[in-house]
Amino acid sequence: MSLDRVARERLVRRLAGSVIEHADELTSLDQAIGDGDHGLNMKRGFEAVLAALPGLADKSLPEMLKAIGMTLVMKVGGASGPLVGTFFMELGKALPEQPGRSDLVAATEKAIDAVKARGRSEAGQKTLLDVLVPVHAVLAGGGDARAIATEAAQAADRTTPMLAIRGRASFLGERSIGHMDPGSRSTSLLIGAAVEILEFEVNP
Amino acid sequence: MSNVGIVIVSHSPKIAEGAADMVRQMVGDAVPLAWTGGDVDGGLGTNVAGILEAIETAWSSAGVAILVDLGGAETNSEMAVEMLPEDRRARVLVCNAPVVEGAVIAATESSGGSPLAAVKRSAEEFYA
Repeated sequence: MSLDRVARERLVRRLAGSVIEHADELTSLDQAIGDGDHGLNMKRGFEAVLAALPGLADKSLPEMLKAIGMTLVMKVGGASGPLVGTFFMELGKALPEQPGRSDLVAATEKAIDAVKARGRSEAGQKTLLDVLVPVHAVLAGGGDARAIATEAAQAADRTTPMLAIRGRASFLGERSIGHMDPGSRSTSLLIGAAVEILEFEVNP
Repeated sequence: MSNVGIVIVSHSPKIAEGAADMVRQMVGDAVPLAWTGGDVDGGLGTNVAGILEAIETAWSSAGVAILVDLGGAETNSEMAVEMLPEDRRARVLVCNAPVVEGAVIAATESSGGSPLAAVKRSAEEFYA
C-alpha cells in the first residue's frame, strides 16, 4: 500500500472529520456513563491535527502518524489523549513507509499492546480495546475494508451490555450496563474513516 | 534543592491549587512544589503539557512525586513521565494515594530529607 501526499491528507481529513462530526454524539454517550467531555476532548485534539495540515501530510506515513499521536497526547486531555495518542504514535513507530497487509497486522498489534500497557487494561473491560482487539482479528484474518468497518461498528455496539471495569464508567458499577462505551464509539469511527481511505482489499 | 519535589495534578485547578496551599502551610518552602489542573482550554481535565511544566517547576535532584486525582490525571501523568528526558524519567513517580492527603503526607516526608521511594511509600501507606 502506498499513500501519496494527497491520499495522506485525505486520510487525515477523514479521520478528523469522523470524530468532529460526531462530537455531540460522543459527548452524550459520555454524559451517560463518564464525565461528559469525550466529544469535546476528541474534537479539540483532531482540530489541532487539522491545523497541522498541510505540513502534516508532507511527512512520510510513519512520521505523520507519530505527529498525529503526539498532537492528540498534548491536546485531547482526559485518559483518551494518551490512549488514542499512544495508538497512533506506536503505529507510526512500527509501520514502514509503504506497508503491506502483514505490516499493518504486525504494527496494529504492537500499537494495541501499547494501549493495553498505557491503560493497564485488557479487552472485556468496556474500553476502546473492545473495538481494537476484535477489529485486529478481522484484519489479521484477511477481512476486506467492509468486513473491518462492519466489525468496528458491531464491536462498539457490543460494549453496550458490558460492565465497565476500567475508566470513569467503572465508578458506576452495574449502572454502566446498557450504555455504549464512548471510547469504543470514537475508535470505531476512526477505524471506519481509515478503511474508507485505505481500501485494504486492494492490498498486495 | 535536594528534597523530593511534589507535583499535584487534579482535574480541577481549584483543587490542585487548594491542595498546594495546604502543603505550603505544612512544610513552608522546604519542598519544591507545583500544581496543575484543567484541560488545555481551562475546563475540567488534565493535560500533559501542564504536567510536564509542573514537573519542571518542582524539579529536584532527589526526584519528584506526583499526586493525582481521577484516572485521566494518572494516565496523563504517566504519559508525561515517559516524555521526560531519559535521565529524569526514573526519578519521577506517580503515587497511588488520595490527592490532598497524599500530597500533604508526601511533602511532610520529603521535608525531612527522605528519598523518593520513602516519600511515595508514606503517601501510599496512609490509607493502606
